[in-house]
Amino acid sequence: MEKFKHLTSTAVPLHIEDVDTDQIIPARFLKATSREGFGENLFRDWRYHKGGKSNENFVLNNPLYSGEILVAGHNFGCGSSREHAAWAISDYGFKVVVSSFFADIFKGNALNVGLLPIQITTDQLSILFEHISEDANTEFVVDLETQTLQIKKTDLVFPFEISKYKKECFQNGYDDIDYLLSIQEEIKSYEQKIPAFL
Amino acid sequence: MSKTLFDKLWDAHLVKSVDGLDVIYIDRHLIHEVTSPQAFSGIEARGISLANPSKTIATPDHNVPTKNQHLPIADPLSKFQVETLRENCKKHQVEIFDLGHPQHGIVHIIGPENGITRPGMSIVCGDSHTSTHGAFGALAFGIGTSQVEQVFASQCLLMKRPKTMRITIDGELSKGVTSKDVILHIISELTAAGGTGYFIEYAGTAIETMSMEARMTICNMSIEMGARGGMIAPDETTYTYLKDKKYAPKGALWEEAIAYWTTLKSDEEASFDREESFAAEDIQPMVTFGTNPGMGIQISQTVPETIADASFQKSLKYMDLKGGQRLEGQAIQNVFIGSCTNGRIEDLRAVAEYVKGKQKADHVKAMIVPGSKQVEMQARAEGLDKIFTDSGFELREPGCSACLGMNEDKVPANEYCVSTSNRNFEGRQGQGARTILASPIMAAAAAISGKIVDVRKFI
Repeated sequence: MEKFKHLTSTAVPLHIEDVDTDQIIPARFLKATSREGFGENLFRDWRYHKGGKSNENFVLNNPLYSGEILVAGHNFGCGSSREHAAWAISDYGFKVVVSSFFADIFKGNALNVGLLPIQITTDQLSILFEHISEDANTEFVVDLETQTLQIKKTDLVFPFEISKYKKECFQNGYDDIDYLLSIQEEIKSYEQKIPAFL
Repeated sequence: MSKTLFDKLWDAHLVKSVDGLDVIYIDRHLIHEVTSPQAFSGIEARGISLANPSKTIATPDHNVPTKNQHLPIADPLSKFQVETLRENCKKHQVEIFDLGHPQHGIVHIIGPENGITRPGMSIVCGDSHTSTHGAFGALAFGIGTSQVEQVFASQCLLMKRPKTMRITIDGELSKGVTSKDVILHIISELTAAGGTGYFIEYAGTAIETMSMEARMTICNMSIEMGARGGMIAPDETTYTYLKDKKYAPKGALWEEAIAYWTTLKSDEEASFDREESFAAEDIQPMVTFGTNPGMGIQISQTVPETIADASFQKSLKYMDLKGGQRLEGQAIQNVFIGSCTNGRIEDLRAVAEYVKGKQKADHVKAMIVPGSKQVEMQARAEGLDKIFTDSGFELREPGCSACLGMNEDKVPANEYCVSTSNRNFEGRQGQGARTILASPIMAAAAAISGKIVDVRKFI
């Protein structure tokens, strides 16, 4: 996992609620056996018309918007557990996803692959959408140490939560396996107690 | 201290706690071809092997054809993915129920029917419908590929303890109302995000009187309201289902198991973070009208008119439906009966009972995909295949099929499909496909009538 500490970037607004992982990466693109290349098909059926022509009305195709932050509506990432959704967002070039609510499995997947999910309140999310809509070049500052998201050049600073453990993983580029492998002895002693019928 | 079923299972699998996170031991790891290859590559890149290959079981299901499974897979990418699973299993000594194997099938169907899924276990799979196994009183939930890799590496997961919710459904279901309607009703009331952060226990007299198949349908769709998982306390129904299953404990071990399993139910005084309750009598056959499973209505209701909400409008536009309209009478072109939600023998029997002696509507394509080879063989043994064929339904070989349209089984764009699966997301069953979720008998009735009907009027 890559280290993450601080990011200043413009953002792409995806003003849709309940974005499910089938939209983020449709099932027909899950046939790969490596983690790379999924960004190409991120939001495939919203980005392209059937036949492959680019859908100019979709925000990723709007030249006005760019950046490493995706700002999305409530309940982002619901549905299937496919980690490919987090890979696709990350592979496309986003490092942070902001929403007022994340689906559980997606959030866990994002944290495991180094894509930072930032949950803010519904009101704060509306403020973000308003700023981006007024000026697509609005910059945001994500600071992991202070756990804040700031609308640059304003005094609007929104705090966000992340577990101490996951924060350290992001800051140091560690993942859960590094930790789990370090407690192998304790796992082995747990295994001694498992009843035979399980 | 009083504990819930969830608390007992979680605490029994707790290896240690660290910084507010828990290390949870995993008794059984189910894998399939789509979400495992990157995890295998991951451990290989780290130079480690599977911590406990005997606790992992594999099957190819998401991406397999449901016709001519004895022939090589035609789609080169699907073929490669399935072959990769085979090779990985061989290399890492993981048991695989491959295509053609008598135990092949959808991962969430074969676990229970072989007794691999048992009360008191922790079970994970890189698939969100792993919650299905919770019907046995197991701690079962879907995980991402990084977590598949974690289980490979350590047989453990690092988790934040979820909150608990109990959903009680008391009373007796009316004729024509099934467990699928119960869960679609609950999701429509609590919304597609309403269960996020919770592990749900389903309880109440309506649940207690349900078969294991019906309970699995309920637990299966827990994820559709965002819940981490769903579970039901094991009881006599559970034990009767499991006894003598291939992998179920036998003899003295069985007795020992029962003694433990009976201790698992939530204590009388145990408290949940949240409680919801429903009356079985209030539940009618359900249909969905939108593009998430929370967008469901009773068959007698009309599509809600929520004009202000852009996401809602986008959804109705995709479905080509209007606020205020009824779904009853809506013409449909496809019916899909199958999936880990409703691809079990009981579902096929219910469909056969309804369609026997009837003919599907000419303009409807009706496909039945059994959840496993065992379900398929059982259906054939009972002569259901003949009933289906005579009624114009096509019985296929097992797989996930049109539930997610990863293989050839796709619903054409702009066509409606009444589906017994679990998700009505945009494009889920094929680009532009319009999915209407319903119970197996509602789907069967739609196939016969050529339109959505209230099955209660025909039984």
